[in-house]
Amino acid sequence: MIGLSSYLVLAALVFSIGLFGVLTRRNAVGILLGIELMLNAVNINLVAFARFHGDLTGLIFTLFTISITVAEVAVGLAIVIAIFRVRRTVEADRLDLLRG
Amino acid sequence: MPFAAFVLLAVVGPLRRTGRGAGALSIAAVVISFVAALRIWTLGLVGERTWGWIPADGGPIATVGVLVDPLSNVMLVLVTLVSLLVQIYSLAYLSDERPAALGRYYTYQSLFVFSMLGLVLAPGFLQMFVFWELVGLCSYLLIGFWYERPAAARAAVKAFWITKLGDVGFIIGIVLLWSATGTFEFSELFEKAQDQTLMIPGLATIMFLIYLGAVGKSAQFPLHVWLPDAMEGPTPVSALIHAATMVTAGVFMVTRAEPLFALVPEVLTVIAWVGAFTALLAATMACVEGDIKRVLAYSTVSQLGYMMAAAGAGASPAGFLHLLTHGLFKALLFLAAGAVIHAVGTNDIFRMGGLFRAMPHTAIVFVIGTLALAGVPPLAGFYSKEAVLGGVWEAHLTGPFLMLALTALLTAFYMFRVVFATFFGRAHAGGHPHEAPWLMRGPLWILAALTILAGIRLALSGAEAHDEAPAWLPPFSVGLALFGFVLAWAMYQRGAIDPARVASVLAPLDYLARRRYGLDALYAGLYRGFILGFSRLIGWIDRYFVDGILNALTALTLRAGDRLRGMQSGRAQDYVYGVAFGVLLLFVWAQLWRR
Repeated sequence: MIGLSSYLVLAALVFSIGLFGVLTRRNAVGILLGIELMLNAVNINLVAFARFHGDLTGLIFTLFTISITVAEVAVGLAIVIAIFRVRRTVEADRLDLLRG
Repeated sequence: MPFAAFVLLAVVGPLRRTGRGAGALSIAAVVISFVAALRIWTLGLVGERTWGWIPADGGPIATVGVLVDPLSNVMLVLVTLVSLLVQIYSLAYLSDERPAALGRYYTYQSLFVFSMLGLVLAPGFLQMFVFWELVGLCSYLLIGFWYERPAAARAAVKAFWITKLGDVGFIIGIVLLWSATGTFEFSELFEKAQDQTLMIPGLATIMFLIYLGAVGKSAQFPLHVWLPDAMEGPTPVSALIHAATMVTAGVFMVTRAEPLFALVPEVLTVIAWVGAFTALLAATMACVEGDIKRVLAYSTVSQLGYMMAAAGAGASPAGFLHLLTHGLFKALLFLAAGAVIHAVGTNDIFRMGGLFRAMPHTAIVFVIGTLALAGVPPLAGFYSKEAVLGGVWEAHLTGPFLMLALTALLTAFYMFRVVFATFFGRAHAGGHPHEAPWLMRGPLWILAALTILAGIRLALSGAEAHDEAPAWLPPFSVGLALFGFVLAWAMYQRGAIDPARVASVLAPLDYLARRRYGLDALYAGLYRGFILGFSRLIGWIDRYFVDGILNALTALTLRAGDRLRGMQSGRAQDYVYGVAFGVLLLFVWAQLWRR
């Protein structure tokens, strides 16, 4: 039997990998992938707590999260494509129009 | 009623622009008030009505209201009468003005009459002060009526500021008196004065401060310098405000507050000395002045000195009597002088001459006014002036008495000097002087008749009034007047005495009087040296010190902003990195906190 803490450690690892990806990837698509990883780490947490506490709310909540994530990815990819059309690049380092 | 006229004229623009219509409205308002005042006077109504003004826990702090007693009755009649005649006269005098300007003139006139009536009727110091300032404002507006002329504008500002100097003392005195007694009301103050509960320490200082207000308003030495300059205004204004009514407000106030002043004899002595000195000083200046209106202005200052001296000598009824008679004949003189100026087009008496033939009416009324001012029986001026002299003599103030006697001599001299130079002798005027229109002649004759009638009435009723004066006084004062007359006649009519020789004999005095004893220059110097210097210092501090601090602050902010701008890379990842790092720090901090 695998304990709750193992799931939590896994979720934390996935979250950290996602955060690392968001912070270091220079490609905007890669950053979106990182965000996906972070969200899925949260999903793992929710499912694990639902399973061990015997509370179905966490599962239902996870279904919502997944669907919203799908919408988010669709919007995010659309933004990336729009940026590419205008700037001819998706390099995050060069998207610094807001520089002071 | 004049207030209603003022509001109407101030608010309804088209009415003001009609000019003559505005004048008619204003005159109608004054006629109604005059009739009302006359009625109150003949019925001898006495009463007081007040309404609360500034509410407070223990009853209103200040009240507004109406106080009618014999003093204000007579003053009411004088104010409304003179303003009525002056407003009628102005209709002709200012007929060359544009209608809009004429409307403005009558607007101010209405406001002035309203304020003056409010001042006369005031039952307490506070209301008196409010109206006191209002008449000052009207005086400023009317002196500067021809505001296109720099001299008029400057004179208006000068009059305003110099009277303000006195008013500062006035309001400080009022407030001090209030904080000591808790009331502004005359009636309550007089009660306290009577049962001796008002003997507070510093009362002399308070009354002196209040007197300062009268010094400014009634053009007493050393604040008299504004009145001659105020002659830049239209002549009817000079007749109304600067001879008959507003300048006498100071005397009226001292007379009104007489029970209070009576408690502080030392202040009264100061008032008497200052008044007598003012009278003499102004009379000497009038002797060398060549401008007909300025001569009259100095003579007004001089007569105000008379009134103040009488009030200071404890003979305030005499002073008040002189105020009334002076209001009549000085308004007469000013209006007649206005008619002369209107006809000749100059103020300089030595460029007039031989006008008696051209304008006999004006000349006759002017001579009547002059005789009254010089104190020749049976005209009004004789009795009031004699009452003043008698009062001062009774108070054993020998110094002021001698000064006033000398002033009486000089008064006759300078007034007849004007008469001879203007109406007799060779004709100088280039143009064709003509008699004034009847609209101007009418008021002149009414005032002249009143001057004579008042004198006769005083002669009939006044026998017992000044029996306390020594018997040699009437012949003495008449003798002084006659001597002045003869002197003027000899110098300016016969040419028996050459004026230039006299001037050279009295050279230092002549020099000083022509330079107005250097007082104007002194004030100008003070103003330039002290006030402007002070303003410059303040300006320097403001520019380099206060502004410097602000400039340093802004420069600091700008530089800090420049530095901090570098943090904004514009890269979304940097911001996310910052957020993540911040959350991490929060975690670490929360862990440490729990321990």
